[in-house]
Amino acid sequence: MKRFWAMVQNEVVKIIKKKRFYIVLLILAILVPIFSYAQMRQSLERQESYGSDWRLEVQQAITDNQNSLSSDRVPQEWKVYRQIYIQQMQYYLDHDVNPNEPGGVTFTREFINNSATLFIPLMILTIASDLVSSERTGGTIKMLLTRPVRRWKVLLSKLTALLMFVSLIVVSAYLVCYLISGVFFGYSGWSIPIFTGFVLNGSDVDLTYVQATPQWQYLLIQAGLVWFVGIVVALLAFMVSVLIRSTAASIVVMMATLISGSILVNMASSWTSAKYLFMVNLGLTDYLAGNPAPIDGMTLGFSIAVLAAWGAVSIFVSFFVFIKRDVLT
Amino acid sequence: MQQPTDEYVMRVRDLNKKIKRKTIIHSISFDIRPGEIFGFLGPNGAGKTTTIRMLVGLIKPTSGHVEICGYDVQKQPEEALKYVGSIVENPEMYPYLTGWENLMHFARMQEGIDEARIREVTQLVHLGGRIHEKVSTYSLGMRQRLGIAQALLARPKVLILDEPTNGLDPKGIKEMRAFIRELAAAGLAVFVSSHLLSEIQLLCDRVAIIGGGRELAVGSVDELMGAATDMVIWDAEPKSIALRVLRSDPAITILDEEETDTLEDTAAALLNERSIVTKTPEDRIADTLNRMVSEGVSVRGIHRVAPTLERLFLEMTEGEGIE
Repeated sequence: MKRFWAMVQNEVVKIIKKKRFYIVLLILAILVPIFSYAQMRQSLERQESYGSDWRLEVQQAITDNQNSLSSDRVPQEWKVYRQIYIQQMQYYLDHDVNPNEPGGVTFTREFINNSATLFIPLMILTIASDLVSSERTGGTIKMLLTRPVRRWKVLLSKLTALLMFVSLIVVSAYLVCYLISGVFFGYSGWSIPIFTGFVLNGSDVDLTYVQATPQWQYLLIQAGLVWFVGIVVALLAFMVSVLIRSTAASIVVMMATLISGSILVNMASSWTSAKYLFMVNLGLTDYLAGNPAPIDGMTLGFSIAVLAAWGAVSIFVSFFVFIKRDVLT
Repeated sequence: MQQPTDEYVMRVRDLNKKIKRKTIIHSISFDIRPGEIFGFLGPNGAGKTTTIRMLVGLIKPTSGHVEICGYDVQKQPEEALKYVGSIVENPEMYPYLTGWENLMHFARMQEGIDEARIREVTQLVHLGGRIHEKVSTYSLGMRQRLGIAQALLARPKVLILDEPTNGLDPKGIKEMRAFIRELAAAGLAVFVSSHLLSEIQLLCDRVAIIGGGRELAVGSVDELMGAATDMVIWDAEPKSIALRVLRSDPAITILDEEETDTLEDTAAALLNERSIVTKTPEDRIADTLNRMVSEGVSVRGIHRVAPTLERLFLEMTEGEGIE
């Protein structure tokens, strides 16, 4: 066991010395201020049009959406989204809660919601995609596998290090986001109530299970879901990195898959068996926010189960191939 | 299964490897004793590296087995690989880590290697001065030495080196040979692969010669190489009389032009239009020279030349050459 943790330490040392994790932090440190600034400009503009009363703004949003419902040019699908949106906003208005209360915490919540399916997975790829393939490209796999250690232990040490870094990336995304956006919007907003538990029946929103969650609690649940998505993406990328010798090819394969996921989500509503693809199930945080599912029949539980199944298969394939394969080049 | 470990440190039995239904290694067997330098000689593409990969468990043999100190590499890799240090092909280390960090990395994978041992092997391969610099700044020779340091870390009983002098300058090659002899003198068995006959002759006690994935011979170097060392170049004028003298002795064979292509480059450079390349047994040289002189031939030179691997192959396969 002591040996095993020493090997995990090896993997951590290699990831850090390759400066992969610094790249992730650097990307966050550059992008978050840009988004924060954009968000700040937007709120300033809103304040100009609606003054300081958020109720006017929410009311205006509801009215705008209601008007568009009567238009023939708006597709039926969009109308469903809008009807749901209207009911949710009405609920906030009725309970006198500002859904867009500005603040570092709210910004963080929104930012993570938007980055859960693509941005955070991409950062995970930076580390996951070359974990095994780089050992093969560099030839160091020969040194690694001629030591008196079983192959599955070598792979497990890599996987353990990867899961540690996935957790670290998720935590860093929150921290960097909160710390930087706080400069723009202040650091408050932990206890603002967020409504969760909207149950969607077609275009109707069932409000019976809706409850107010303090924002800090919401963030915790959200972080758990983002972490789970991150783990599954990491496992898939890990498998691809075992299967493909070239790091570049391995990153491209995973990126293409992730991006195809975000495209499919927008057009697969009538192809229902697409819901078993892992890449359309990455939007776990959307369920939490009460957004409608991209394909009928998808629920939070369903998506978690699909992702878990893909993750399990990835682990199996990674280990099977890594243990059996001849190291020829 | 358990063999007396002090007699042989490595036993290889009937190793076969099939890749995509094509057999590329045919039934290779040999044994290595402690303190012995064992050569593995064959041209490029003969299957040397594939065999080495099977020795250290990187490739699974289709049939046959490899035992190291009595442990089967396939069935008990954790035991067997403890006793082997190896460099397969190039000494590839992590370029973004320092030499020291690389050694720490491999030390952590095994019990019983402390910092004192790392310092010790660093001294042994003379890397002391630059061990804390990144490997990306190392020359090929230094990487080779770091690779050997890594292979020696766990105090192995067998050291496997794949073409250890490849890419080194003449001084480096000499140092490497001296170093390998030192290790063997201390009781370590060293397995060295090479495509250069001279390399094996200078370094090894015993040798296995392979070609086309088959084992052509295994035995002591003196025994196997003796046959091919009687190449003599006669440089004499007039050539016609010299030829007549040489032909009259049945012990001497004159090689045709095609066969002289298999000379080492340094020997080939000596050739001129008067040169006659022969196989002359050592004890026939003085007598032949006397006969030439008495026939009025002016002898400009007699060179005994080192045979090449190709030459040796011709002898062994009786003219079939290397596939």
